[in-house]
Amino acid sequence: MIREWQVNAAIMALLLAVPLWALVADEPFTITLTTRAVILALAAVGLNIALGLGGLVSLGHAAFFGIGGYAMGILAHHAQTYTPVMEWPFLIEGTKSMPLIWVTAIVTSALAALLIGLLSLRTTGVYFIMITLAFGQMFFYFAISWPAYGGEDGLSIYLRNDFPRLNTLRPMPFFVICYVILALALLVSWRIAKSSFGLALAAARQNEVRVRTVGIDPYRLRLFAFVISGAITGLAGALFADLNRFVSPTMFSWQMSGEFIVFIILGGVGRLFGPVVGACLFVILEHWLGGVSDYWLIFLGAILLLVVLFARGGLIGGLAGREVAHD
Amino acid sequence: MSALLFIEQLLNGLQFGVMLFLMSAGLTLIFGVMGLINLAHGSIYMIGAFAAAAVAGATGSFVLGLGAALAAAAAAGALVELTVIRRLYDRDHLDQVLATFALILIFSEGTRWLFGSFPLFLDVPDALRGPAELPFGIVYPRYRLAIILIGLVVAAGLFALIAKTRIGVRIRAGEADREMIGALGVDISKLYTLVFALGAALAGFAGAMVGAIQSVEVGMGEPVLILAFVVIVIGGIGSIRGAFVASILVGLTDTLGRFLLPILFGTFLDASGANIVGTALASMAIYILMAAVLIFRPTGLFGAAT
Repeated sequence: MIREWQVNAAIMALLLAVPLWALVADEPFTITLTTRAVILALAAVGLNIALGLGGLVSLGHAAFFGIGGYAMGILAHHAQTYTPVMEWPFLIEGTKSMPLIWVTAIVTSALAALLIGLLSLRTTGVYFIMITLAFGQMFFYFAISWPAYGGEDGLSIYLRNDFPRLNTLRPMPFFVICYVILALALLVSWRIAKSSFGLALAAARQNEVRVRTVGIDPYRLRLFAFVISGAITGLAGALFADLNRFVSPTMFSWQMSGEFIVFIILGGVGRLFGPVVGACLFVILEHWLGGVSDYWLIFLGAILLLVVLFARGGLIGGLAGREVAHD
Repeated sequence: MSALLFIEQLLNGLQFGVMLFLMSAGLTLIFGVMGLINLAHGSIYMIGAFAAAAVAGATGSFVLGLGAALAAAAAAGALVELTVIRRLYDRDHLDQVLATFALILIFSEGTRWLFGSFPLFLDVPDALRGPAELPFGIVYPRYRLAIILIGLVVAAGLFALIAKTRIGVRIRAGEADREMIGALGVDISKLYTLVFALGAALAGFAGAMVGAIQSVEVGMGEPVLILAFVVIVIGGIGSIRGAFVASILVGLTDTLGRFLLPILFGTFLDASGANIVGTALASMAIYILMAAVLIFRPTGLFGAAT
């Protein structure tokens, strides 16, 4: 049987090899497609910290994805129209600089996660699922009914934002940026899982009473995990908006939240690389089945149903075997 | 603002609330008895609306359409319970969310494949067309008034079913202690199928009724499903009474918020600004209501304290 780390290394290598091949073969669309998979994977890696590690089934992570997207959209929109974001109480100018946009996306989505987490983590189980879904929907309707940034139509950004010393207009440099960020996020996610914080978080998922008994407050652990999780998904949102050079309320839609969970499950619950495999599989299916039939989501639904009912380990589980700790 | 306009909005809110109750009653029953979170409930609502629109369009009879909606929704509910949902009772909520999410994809795309992407239209029956004159000079569309009345009757019937009949006793017993009533000789799996079909029929009925005032289209179920979740969270999971109170509360908050907030902001902002801020805030009003309830009662208004 193959070891899990070998599978993971193969995935990272493959993810780099495909766009490199596409660069040589002059197939820029394949690079864009891989970039899309990498960004969606990043969003799901964020969710996996809350879901896989903390056992918090959030059906509202599209809120953070959308906030990240709009952070990019709003800043770049003001930069391209040469208007300030706000003048009072202090002046904030728009920007086309990716690092600045990322910081904004991370900070705003972490703040939103803090607010949503403070309220929804007071509850558990089904309540938590429904409440995160409802808060996600709140942002969706707000984005639709707020006309300043395009309302239902969304915002178009004419040129991709800048990164120092890289030509982000070409697909390959942008892919490399996203790939490096994904690798960093996986590293963070792995470090968290191995840290005392991560161990306590996993323990709180498995047996809350015992964790309380040894004097750890699960609420604070979960809140912290939820904030980190939201921040990573928010960063993914900013990159996703940059990839499409477009943001719209669909980034907030609850289907988006559902798809993030689907990535994690298709790849394998409780696996570090589960979200990555799942997102790649999703993009491949979307591209391949979408070409076969307009109704490709039926097939996705059927595959998902079969995986949930009969193949709990997901794809990595099938490759690397050996059940991981998951309740 | 005239009092008549306000009363009309009040009735609109009531009508919205009553329809929300039909959706959330099924959801909360299914959760209370089987411990299952069912995202596909919105798809059943859509199936009801499509069945009604298709049959009413073919036969010209609204009543036949309504019957078809009930039958199609109950049948779809029973079928889904027997094939998929049954395997999910012992699973964790994550699996339930995913499997029912998969069902949404299958139902939505299946309906799009059958009926196409264009919305269908369901006509209001002739007898209920036009306005009704109420006391004090209130004029209100007859069909919406009928929705309120029929909805209240169905709600009363549901309460009676749960409180007075043998099936109701079993449903309540199922909520209290599943294994015990199984041990007492009640066929649990049959009861589960029945509860699921009952909840589905209510959702299908709501879909058909609302289908006559909105367009019948793929994806119409999910916004209502999410509102029903808000209702259940506010009312307390598993509580029919809570679902009823919360439905009316959410219906009124949403409708009156959209009506009153722009007017309220109009008193100190210019017209267009007031409209923008008011509408944006109104779209968030019910979620703010939900957050407020959660702060004071994390298990909902009528939920059992844990």
